[in-house]
Amino acid sequence: MPQWIRACATDDIDEEDLIRFDHAGATYAIYHSPDGQFFATAGKCTHEDVHLCDGLVMGHLIECPKHNGQFDYRTGEAKRAPVCVNLKTYPVKTEGDDVFIEVP
Amino acid sequence: MSKRDYSLLGPDGARAVETGLAAAEWYHTDVPRKVMKELMARSDAPAIRDTVILYGCMVAFAAIGVALWPSWWSVPFWLAYGVLYGSASDSRWHECGHGTAFKTPWMNNAVYEIASFMIMRNSATWRWSHARHHTDTYIVGRDPEIAIMRPPAFAKLILAFFGIPDVIAFFPRMVTNALSGPTAEERTFVPQSEWGKVQRVAIIYTAIYAATLVLAFAMQSILPLMVIGLPRMYGAWHHIMTGLLQHGGLADNVIDHRLNSRTVYMNPISRFIYWNMNYHVEHHMFPMVPYHALPRLHDTIKHDLPAPNRSIAEAFREMWPALKRQLAYEDFFLRRDLPATAKPYREDFHKAALGEAIPAE
Repeated sequence: MPQWIRACATDDIDEEDLIRFDHAGATYAIYHSPDGQFFATAGKCTHEDVHLCDGLVMGHLIECPKHNGQFDYRTGEAKRAPVCVNLKTYPVKTEGDDVFIEVP
Repeated sequence: MSKRDYSLLGPDGARAVETGLAAAEWYHTDVPRKVMKELMARSDAPAIRDTVILYGCMVAFAAIGVALWPSWWSVPFWLAYGVLYGSASDSRWHECGHGTAFKTPWMNNAVYEIASFMIMRNSATWRWSHARHHTDTYIVGRDPEIAIMRPPAFAKLILAFFGIPDVIAFFPRMVTNALSGPTAEERTFVPQSEWGKVQRVAIIYTAIYAATLVLAFAMQSILPLMVIGLPRMYGAWHHIMTGLLQHGGLADNVIDHRLNSRTVYMNPISRFIYWNMNYHVEHHMFPMVPYHALPRLHDTIKHDLPAPNRSIAEAFREMWPALKRQLAYEDFFLRRDLPATAKPYREDFHKAALGEAIPAE
């Protein structure tokens, strides 16, 4: 049953950056885009077992810190080798100063 | 430790997977997120400047070489052209393959394709090979880019300064790839979706070399080969000289780049040709940092790293005797001391990884 979980405060993430969020044994990445929106994806790169939280956000792309593969974090689409498999994304909403993600 | 098997299909690779040595989590120096973001920031300007200088010099040197051909006066210009073709292309292939040299993706891709051709690496295959090199750096049986295997083959190393082993390996592989796609070993690290691209790239390379050979026969001269192909041999020495220092004589089967990679201070010309990859511990620890920010990264984390070698000559004086010792004792490696400010090596973990190997004092 999907549920909305508070992940962080809106000012916990700089614009054009991300943070790691762990919940119920799963790990996620929460993004703050340059245009002020929030997004969430699975926390680890689909290429290898590397967390994206140390990666670089450039516009709407997240670059994996290990092999420089890139995803569009809005859609999860794999955009640059060596990543070939899309990243899972999760719905996000903000309420006041809080960011929530909907997790399975 | 038993004799190493470097085959990607062999027992050492399988054992690395079983023991968790493959695709492991590597040691990283702590760097504040804000600082790391500044270091990772991308920019087109430094790489555009360097690329204009590189290709401008190549065109100029080749033009003078052709104009003076076949006089001996052309030799210095061919030597300069050769180093840019047969060595600078290695670092351009590397940095643009990471996608960090330029901010603009098409610029990275364009320089990557040109550099791959010049350095004689299938651009589709080697992108994946290098990803594996970063995942499993110097893990025996997993890393396809181990330059110095144990025991070291000195004759092969010396021939490498003239590009001979690489060129001998390249052409049959290029034809095989052109006819039937990636080899069985290549298929262990190239995803199936890319196999067609490997074949297409090989066909293009084959066509270019065939056209160059036809022109050389038509002209009854090796001049076309002096421009395309041969500089990969007569200009290879610099990238071999710097490349051997990256990991030579250091540990294998560890997961701390401070143990298996080497940072060497170099002169400005070598750093231009090598695009700052002399900061090699730093590069492996943080591959997202562009070449132009590596000196700043070095300053940021050097308190946690072994002291760098002060020059290319000093680094060779350290590495070469270690390689000679590995002839008699394969498990020998150089273990550099860490400064007092550094986090110590994980002795327990690396002892497990290295079996009963005895590190050098």
